[in-house]
Order: sequence, then C-alpha cells, then structure tokens
Amino acid sequence: MTEELIRKIESLDPKLHAFAWFDPAFAREQAKGLEKGGISKGPLWGIPVLVKDNICVEGVPTTCASKILKGFRPPYDATAVEKLKKAGAILLGMANMDEFAFGSSCEYSCYGPTRNPWDPTRVPGGSSGGSAAAVAAGLTALALGSDTGGSIRQPAAFCGVVGMKPTYGRVSRYGLIAFASSLDQIGPIARTVEEIALLLQGIAGFDPRDSTSGNLPVPDYQKELEKPVKGLRLGVPKEYFVDGLDPEVKKGIDAALAEFRRLGMSVTEVSLPHTEYAIPTYYVIATAEASSNLARFDGVQYGHRSSQGKSLLEMYTQTREEGFGPEAKRRIILGTFVLSSGYYEAYYGRALKVRTLIKKDFDRVFGSVDCLVTPTSPTPAFPLGEKMEDPLTMYLSDIHTISVNLAGVPALSVPCGFTQGGLPIGMQLIAKPFAEETLLKAAYAYQQATGWHKRQPPS
Amino acid sequence: MAISTKEVEYLALLARIQLTPQELERFAGQMDEILAYVEKLKTARTEGVSPTSHVLELSNVFREDKVEPSLPTEKVLANAPDREGPFFKVPQIIDPAG
Repeated sequence: MTEELIRKIESLDPKLHAFAWFDPAFAREQAKGLEKGGISKGPLWGIPVLVKDNICVEGVPTTCASKILKGFRPPYDATAVEKLKKAGAILLGMANMDEFAFGSSCEYSCYGPTRNPWDPTRVPGGSSGGSAAAVAAGLTALALGSDTGGSIRQPAAFCGVVGMKPTYGRVSRYGLIAFASSLDQIGPIARTVEEIALLLQGIAGFDPRDSTSGNLPVPDYQKELEKPVKGLRLGVPKEYFVDGLDPEVKKGIDAALAEFRRLGMSVTEVSLPHTEYAIPTYYVIATAEASSNLARFDGVQYGHRSSQGKSLLEMYTQTREEGFGPEAKRRIILGTFVLSSGYYEAYYGRALKVRTLIKKDFDRVFGSVDCLVTPTSPTPAFPLGEKMEDPLTMYLSDIHTISVNLAGVPALSVPCGFTQGGLPIGMQLIAKPFAEETLLKAAYAYQQATGWHKRQPPS
Repeated sequence: MAISTKEVEYLALLARIQLTPQELERFAGQMDEILAYVEKLKTARTEGVSPTSHVLELSNVFREDKVEPSLPTEKVLANAPDREGPFFKVPQIIDPAG
C-alpha cells in the first residue's frame, strides 16, 4: 500500500506539485514501525496522511512554504500530529501552501504553485492547496489543513473534495505555526464525509498546551454520521447569493437544496445582515495578528539569517526582507499600520466591534435553524496568475468563508456538482459552535444521495 | 486616505523589513486600494457594541504551578543560525564608538 502510493507520488507530483517535502524513506520507516507492532489497530492505523507545511512534525522540514523557515526542523510535534502518530497513521510528507497561509490560490509559495488536478491551468485554491490537490489526485487518503479565512474549505471546493474547519477550540493549535491566533484552526481534508469524521475524531479534543482549547467531550463522529436528518432545519442566508456569484455555482447549490428537501430537511431563507463587513473586518484583524505573530522570524532562533546586516537592527531588517515573500510583507505592513498609534482605534478597535456584530448574526440565526447552506466560493477554480498582482481581488474571493472564522463556528465544504467545463463546485454547511456532528450527518446524507464524490480528476 | 512611500518606509522600519524602492512604491498603491475598501467599516453602527478579540468565553486560563519537562538545550539550539556554547549568537548590539 505504502509502496504503491510512493510510486504514484513520484510519478504524478512533479506536475501537480502538491508536496512541499517528500522523502519515501520517512514513509517507509513508519510503515516498518507499524509492522513491528506496538500500536493497536485503530481506525487510522496504516492510513496515509499528508500534513500542511505549517503544522510541526518533529525532525521534518516544516517551513510554511517560506524562505524564512527553509531548513527548519521542529524540535517537537504539533498535538494533532502527535495524536495521529499514536493512532498509527503514516505521515506522508508536507503539503504545499501559500506562504504562512496568506493567500487563496497556493501561488504565494516559495516552492512555486500547486496545480488543480481537474485542470492544470487553474489554481487548487488556498492556502491549503497542496493538501486538497493531493487528496483529489489520490496521492494521499487524508490530509491536514489549516483554516484562518477559508483555507481548508475553498481549496476543498476547488479540488472537488471535502474539507472541514472545526469550531475554534475543537482541535488544539499547539504546534500550528500561528498566522492569526484568534482565527486559526487545524482541520481535515478527504474525499468522503466518513473519512472527514475519522480524521476529525483522531485530532479533536482538549489540550492543556493550547489555552484556547475547548474543554468539552468529543462525540463519536462515526455514530453521529448515520443519525437521521429528517426534520433538520436548514437556513439559506440571502446575503450569500448576490452579485458576483457564478450562475453555475448558484445552480449547483439550488440543486443541492432540492436534494436536502427530498431528504426531509426544511429550507428557509435567513439573514446575516453584517456580511458586507466581513472582508474589511477580517483583513484588519487577520493582518494585525499576523504582523505580531510573524515578529518571531528575526534570524535569531531558527530559520534564515541574512549575511548582510552588520548591526542587530540591520540583521533583522535584511533577514526579513530576504526571507518573506510579497504577500507576507504586504500583510505585515498592513497589520503594522492598523495597529499603529493614531490608527489603532479607527481600524483595529472598530474591526473588533464589527466582529461582535458578525458573531451575533450567527448566534441569532442558530436560534431558528440548525445549519446554514451557502456556496463555498463565489466562483469555481480560477486560472493561475489571474489575481496575483491584485491583492484586493484575491481578498474579495474569500467572501463566503471569512465570517465563519470571525464567528468561530464550524463549517464544511462538500462537492455539489460540476461546471460545464468540468470544474468542481463546493457547497458550504455552517453549524453552531461545537456542532460538527450536524455538518457531518447533513453532508453524509447528501453524499449518500448524490455521489459527486465518486468522480475522479483526469489523470 | 493616501499612503505615501515615506509612510510605508516608516511602517516597514517598525516591522523590521528593509523594503526595496520598488516594493515601497508598489505597496503604497496597493495599501491605498485596500484601505479604501476597509473604509466601509466606518459605516457600521458600533455605538455601545463591545469588542470581540476572541470567540470563546475564556479568560485567565491557568494551569497548576508545577514544573513540566522542557526541551533540552541542544534540541532548542539545533535550528539556530549561529550559536556560541549554550547561547544564540547575534551581531553586536552595543556600538563600541558609543
């Protein structure tokens, strides 16, 4: 099984470029370790998992696809990784991503872009583009991603696979290299909803090493999957169906809503009135947090150090100039601006208040519905290079996923059809905090009834 | 609001990044565009709304005041770009010329 997969990766990945790091010896060694015994055969035993390049694996290059972390080998495992190792999963390698998870296309990587397995002239989405593309192309069974503004769900949608951003606090962030600490969350990517349940089960739970970890019991997701969906109340937020929504995406969602009705769920229109503020709020808060989090990359403790600087200050400024790519620099500068004295209240202070309004929108709708249904992205996968020089347009493509992170609620993207040109369309389901099981059972029932997940990209 | 290259240069210094003149130029233009979009926040009604810096209702998460094992020095220093003995080494901080 491992050997077959290694051959497949070696033949297909040079074109797809989903891996940031791959060493067959690493996978083989783990497979051998499993054969020797010692780890009890649970549901993840022997299952290959690809890890996004911003989740620490001890001794394995973990670089956030950034030159500034080239060669960095973490001295410890992230909690999610530690749990997978204990469950006997085989870690395949590290997945390509946008540098520090800044991006929606996987083009801002120091290793070069990943391609979409359905159409190599298009992006796989981002930032967890490598994870989603590898799952779609069958180069791994499961993958870990991270989602700060849609970075699991949007690439899952673009690549025709399932991806979940769990509730903030459901999965420990310990060992996830921080982008925006109040928004970041690790989550699973796979072909089917059952596999999502399996991987989520493997990584969820309280962790005292993450002080924002939720101390709540983890349900048995496999059992929850098959619970009846009849009578489930779905809400369709009208603000998510406005100008700029691709008509083929809209058609896919409409057909899915009809399917949900056939399965005995009710569908009503609801309103999230502060949706229009989500993108400006997000890009203030996320860049503010990023600019502080990325202060740690200074050429002292790990990663790249410039040979240019004579004084300590010059060493810092040169190291960071050489190490960070264009989008990382842009976000650090923007974050520094919104936190700088004179502008703090007008931008950061105000964004935190608007965040409260956005969160309250969700609290209110979840009083009357169990789950929201929206497109994951306003368009299918766009061509490589299309938005690279236009950061604002790239930011605007995150419109459907960003509010979820601001509100901290869980959401999942599941394939719901294809465009005439053969590109996957993704549907997003959103539930209230710590109700991942609602997403899983609704998506599972849908997948059983439709079978979009059985289609495979041309190889 | 219009952001000048001078302002971007100052922000870059605060952020400890030595940007090139081309980057200063490009970022100033792009920041103008992004900030013009962010202006939209000013139309939200936020009187009497309290800020959310965090979605979980947690505060002061404490742990037992107990010593836990920490990483050995060698492991921590293994990734250091430069070191001397058990220390990280950095360029000179104090200018001998004063």
